[in-house]
Amino acid sequence: MESGRKEQPMTYPGDNKGFINYLYDRYRDLSMKEICIVFEGQITHQVMKVLTGLMEEQLEGMNEKRVLRRVYHVMVESLQNINRHAETFEDEGGPCPSRGLVLVTRNENHYQITTGNIIGNSNIEEISMFLGRLNNMEPDALDELYRKQMRDGVMSAKGGAGLGFIDIRRKTGNPLDYDFLPVDGDSSFFIFTATIPRKQS
Amino acid sequence: MNTLRIEPADDSPQVILDKENNIFEISGKSLPENVVEFYRPVMDWLQEYRKDPNPKTGLTLKLIYFNTASSKMILDILMVLEEMAEAGHEVVVRWMSLKSDEDMQEAGKEYEEMVDVPFEHLTYEM
Repeated sequence: MESGRKEQPMTYPGDNKGFINYLYDRYRDLSMKEICIVFEGQITHQVMKVLTGLMEEQLEGMNEKRVLRRVYHVMVESLQNINRHAETFEDEGGPCPSRGLVLVTRNENHYQITTGNIIGNSNIEEISMFLGRLNNMEPDALDELYRKQMRDGVMSAKGGAGLGFIDIRRKTGNPLDYDFLPVDGDSSFFIFTATIPRKQS
Repeated sequence: MNTLRIEPADDSPQVILDKENNIFEISGKSLPENVVEFYRPVMDWLQEYRKDPNPKTGLTLKLIYFNTASSKMILDILMVLEEMAEAGHEVVVRWMSLKSDEDMQEAGKEYEEMVDVPFEHLTYEM
């Protein structure tokens, strides 16, 4: 985050300012502490592998193995979400599919994985109801929901099993943080943050 | 019956399904771009094998990592084994986890609760 650029207005990614402004707008009052990874662009399967590989490399040799495996897992799931579900939008260069932003930060207490991507406004209600419901569930109920979805869920055409958010919620133990910033009449910028405590749960 | 052998990649596991030598093993990382496509030959092979299995089938699952989409495929595989067990065949799952990977050990216990197949939980060190 560039602390020198105060009061930068939020801009639509179509005008080349990029998604980073959305995050800056939302987080400028928060101390970001140490940034491990920041990336903005098309999240292909290859990019997902490279970014998670970078994280793995950074984490090698550190002794909080369980925490770090969870950071890796949450990154995989969040990036695959963007790869499958980000709304394609148009800019001057043509269509931008699977476009998103990922930010991994840490401080002494936790790791945070934040992602951002454009979604259609028609999806807001479903996503926010689902995430709100997950946040209100107890660990046993989350396990039960995960198992039920694994058993009865149908693989989507995009290759998802509808399990990512549930597993992120149950593995992190923390409420999921999310927001929808309006872009235009049809779409919004979906910001999602998972927090992984560094103390053993 | 032909042996199914899939070489490991950085995002998909090694698979050995060998009826003749009685070796059944999936090991490594599983986060392929398309899980359904990756696991289709595995499921097809098992569905065929199920009709005329060996007297004892031990499936070794030695996974370092799997994503949530793969978790559903693993359950599908275990459910084929469950059908075999229900048909009276002897079946066992050897769930192998790194000693330091408690989440992987817990995942094995979760599967054990979900399917009616005996599990052996084993840990190893790198």
